[in-house]
Amino acid sequence: MGSILFFLSILAIIGTWWLSRQGLASKPWLEPSAAGTLQDLEPEPVAPAKVGLGVLLAVIGSFFALFISAYAMRMQLPDWRTMPIPSILWLNTAMLVASSLALHGAKVAVRRGETGELKFTLIAAGVSALAFLSGQLVAWQQLAQEGYRLTINPANDFFYILTGAHGLHVLGGLVALVRTSEKAWHPTSTDRLRLSVELCATYWHFLLFVWLVLLSIWTGWAGDFIDICRQLLT
Amino acid sequence: MVDVPLGPTGVIAAPDVEDVELYHPHSWLTKYVFSQDAKVIAIQYSFVALSVGLIALVLSWLMRLQLGFPGVFSFIDANAYYQFITMHGMMMVVYVLTALFLGGFGNYLIPLMVGARDMVFPYVNMLSFWIYLLAVLILVASFFVPGGPTGAGWTLYPPQAILSGTPGGQDWGIILMLVSLMTFIIGFTMGGLNYVVTVLQARARGMTLMRMPLTVWGIFTASFMALLAFPALFVGAVMMLFDRVLGTSFFMPVMVEMGQPLDRNGGSPLLFQHLFWFFGHPEVYIVALPAFGIVSDLISTHARRNIFGYRMMVWALLAIGALSFIVWAHHMYVSGMNPYFGFFFATTTLIIAVPTAIKVYNWILTLWRGDIHLTVPMLFALAFIVTFVNGGLTGLFLGNVVVDVPLSDTMFVVAHFHMVMGVAPILVIFGAIYHWYPKVTGRMLNDPLGKLHFWVTFLGAYAIFFPMHYLGLMGIPRRYHDIADMAFVPPSAHALNAFITIVALIVGATQLVFVFNLFWSLRHGKPAGGNPWRATTLEWQTPETPPPHGNWGKDLPVVYRWAYDYSVPGADQDFLAQSQPGPTRAGSGSIHG
Amino acid sequence: MAVALILVLVAVGSVVFHLVSPWWWTPIASNWRYIDNTIIITFWITGAVFVAVIFFMAYCVYRFRHQAGRRAHYEPENKRLEWWLTIVTGVGVAAMLAPGLFVWRQFITVPEDATDIEIFGQQWQWSFRLPGPDGQLAASDARLISPDNPLGLNREDPKSQDDIVIEGGELHLPVNKPVKALLRSPDVLHDFYVPEFRAKMDLVPGQISYIWFTPIRTGTFEILCAELCGVGHPQMRGKVIVQEESEYQAWLQDKASKSFARLLPAPKTGASMPD
Repeated sequence: MGSILFFLSILAIIGTWWLSRQGLASKPWLEPSAAGTLQDLEPEPVAPAKVGLGVLLAVIGSFFALFISAYAMRMQLPDWRTMPIPSILWLNTAMLVASSLALHGAKVAVRRGETGELKFTLIAAGVSALAFLSGQLVAWQQLAQEGYRLTINPANDFFYILTGAHGLHVLGGLVALVRTSEKAWHPTSTDRLRLSVELCATYWHFLLFVWLVLLSIWTGWAGDFIDICRQLLT
Repeated sequence: MVDVPLGPTGVIAAPDVEDVELYHPHSWLTKYVFSQDAKVIAIQYSFVALSVGLIALVLSWLMRLQLGFPGVFSFIDANAYYQFITMHGMMMVVYVLTALFLGGFGNYLIPLMVGARDMVFPYVNMLSFWIYLLAVLILVASFFVPGGPTGAGWTLYPPQAILSGTPGGQDWGIILMLVSLMTFIIGFTMGGLNYVVTVLQARARGMTLMRMPLTVWGIFTASFMALLAFPALFVGAVMMLFDRVLGTSFFMPVMVEMGQPLDRNGGSPLLFQHLFWFFGHPEVYIVALPAFGIVSDLISTHARRNIFGYRMMVWALLAIGALSFIVWAHHMYVSGMNPYFGFFFATTTLIIAVPTAIKVYNWILTLWRGDIHLTVPMLFALAFIVTFVNGGLTGLFLGNVVVDVPLSDTMFVVAHFHMVMGVAPILVIFGAIYHWYPKVTGRMLNDPLGKLHFWVTFLGAYAIFFPMHYLGLMGIPRRYHDIADMAFVPPSAHALNAFITIVALIVGATQLVFVFNLFWSLRHGKPAGGNPWRATTLEWQTPETPPPHGNWGKDLPVVYRWAYDYSVPGADQDFLAQSQPGPTRAGSGSIHG
Repeated sequence: MAVALILVLVAVGSVVFHLVSPWWWTPIASNWRYIDNTIIITFWITGAVFVAVIFFMAYCVYRFRHQAGRRAHYEPENKRLEWWLTIVTGVGVAAMLAPGLFVWRQFITVPEDATDIEIFGQQWQWSFRLPGPDGQLAASDARLISPDNPLGLNREDPKSQDDIVIEGGELHLPVNKPVKALLRSPDVLHDFYVPEFRAKMDLVPGQISYIWFTPIRTGTFEILCAELCGVGHPQMRGKVIVQEESEYQAWLQDKASKSFARLLPAPKTGASMPD
């Protein structure tokens, strides 16, 4: 359960940092009204949707962290046979990076109000994300052909489940991206469009991050990294 | 149906924002059925959860009938008994308590108590309820499929949960259970995002975190925990579903079932237990923390005294919430896991007793030198303290690793968790319903009926579960539908079992009085007015009762003080509403609304 | 008034019930008296807290009940009192935890001279395996289970020759000899539980768990399964018969001779199951 505890401790640090700025040690009964203090107490003008996405990412993060914990525990049993990584995954990774970069571009474009560039980057992001997903399907197909099917070995099972879960999250992101694009083509409110694009970009970067973590586990880099950390500590 | 952009609705709490974009219903259907008003959603959640609760109550009767009078009711065989305990447990823990506290009370109280017009994502909030309803329907459907519901126990431990020796293991039962749980979690996540973000972003002007009522703190902390803990159940459910449907070996070791080798490679049953309890232990506090919060407010309001040690209460809530993520394996002391874990988990578990004890002290210290009105909500709050302290203290037995060894998986455990997370939170739920019903409907619940309901429920529940501990101490294991032929069990234990069953039937039947009261008072209850308990918190200061969609009429409330200005020296009245301006000693006494 | 009285009655009634009710643990038959002592300590501490809290509540309800003109005392918090209570609670908790951890250490530390035995639970019966004269148990594997090898012993392991298998029967143990029970299940979770021994541990398929104990008095005790294992769970019973050393040896000789008679035409080695 190491990875989920690690993930939760990061959340706990963020939470503690945030709470430390909320005056948890103040004595609320001593400070009725006083207009002056009210000014300081206004909530920061962050859109609720952004906070909501942040919380959602924490939930998704804990979902994947738990899966990784399960992976690490299951891996220690003797029947585990590590699976080779199909080389197409590197191409897929490049696609996902491209998608993420495109959305970053979209974010910049929408800030500058460059509509043409915004539309282009949104399409680019969508297309490369679709390419990523189809690449994943190809990877599944290749593996199945080489005999690394489901139920043969838990390593395979985890690979399919984790890529599947990640893919579903990308698919969900694509739905949001389509809705964002609708707004870009039929703009009603620039603020709203901008927020939408920013949310999509954040989500995409997060999914890219999750993907890189998963990839590092399959390649064994994560294990090496943990070993190095352990050596540094001891 | 209703097409509302999911996009931002502006920062509700910001003073410059004119009004929130609420979806204004156009028809009966969008007003009462597919409503986006958190208060309507709250009532929908509560209604469904209470209905599920009644089903689960009937299931508990059936189990008690078998235990009290074994063999008399021939239709309750081992098969049926296991199906009943499983469905009773899962329904009560997840579909009743979690849904009621967070979906019901969370939806109703959060926006009102923090001074918001509604939840921040009303459309998602509505979806949350409908997905919850779908989950309930899937769960209930398992009563009607071939093989019936799963009988794996609410802990659903593999391998037995998905093998043929368990009811529903190789039929539909376990599949429907897992799918229903996953559906529930998706629905809950949608609701949970709302509860958390509304508290974070939609508080009224002046509502700092430290001015929030403890009810909001409790629900907020619990929602956060639930958001992070439920994925563990989700992951476990996905993996078990794969094991069951596709034949993977996540939890399934090399096995020989009834002499037949199974085609599995070598998985780990303990892995599931870790995942399950990583969810399951926080789940206990997901139910308890809202109850802690609500009971704090009930005691404070009806004792006319500020909650004692508010800051300590908030810190304790947060400490309990954080600690509850590192105690999960205390459910697994005798599970065959690495025994050295026992040292760590026993220590963390007993540490968690300290902040919990602080909360108890502060509740009873709030009564000290108070002005105690023994209203029905107050009675329930007092009964909560009795049962919670009782159940919490027996938790110290079970948490203390070596003491747990003889007691785990006995009736002692059953008695313990029913006392601490069954009876205690449900008493709070009743208290809370008596307390807030006037706000929801504009009428008071009938008082004599309430007192009848209270005394039978409290004393009855105590008489059911307190003696049950001693059956466990004697060594009677849980999940036995028949203990007739155990050599070490004296005949008196069977008499005790029969007694418990009779009391359980009486207590269960008394809940009908409560249900009757709910409906009767809707029409015939005494009109309540806006603030019948003379309470300080914002929900009692709404311009109209019951509050309409949007809650606050033209202007959002502004908060000038903390939630517990009761009996402030020098003030005219014995309470100062949070929205009442002026310094503490202002004697105007004018109350908003 | 009535409310305060009832609260007092609840507390007093609970204590009286605890003291006089006939329902109490079974007379102990193993070395785990420490566990009982820890439970007693915990009962005293928690009982005192329970009564104190409820009496305090009852007093408040009586003394500070609403009366015309009464006004509650205004005191948001009392740092000193709260810290004192925290410290006292901490001490009380430590007083329960410390003996608990101490005894747990004993519980998981098997003495050198303990005899290995195997307890094998399957849906829904108990089987046992005792080491023969060599005092060691042979390796086993669930893949080797077959009708003539119900516990899946590895017959290639020379230690298997003298292992005594008791299928679905009674476990005999000599009194006052520590035993390390290796727990194994071929199908689902079970839990070896003898109320008189206080000890209890799950049998987990795919791994071997253990407990150790020393029977301290002779007699016949019931083995229960304490982990839900399917519809037959309550019927999964067995017996432990604790005997004097001499009687035990006699029984063992008898068993061994029968067991050898069955095992001597050594069946072909574990080939009945595909790997």
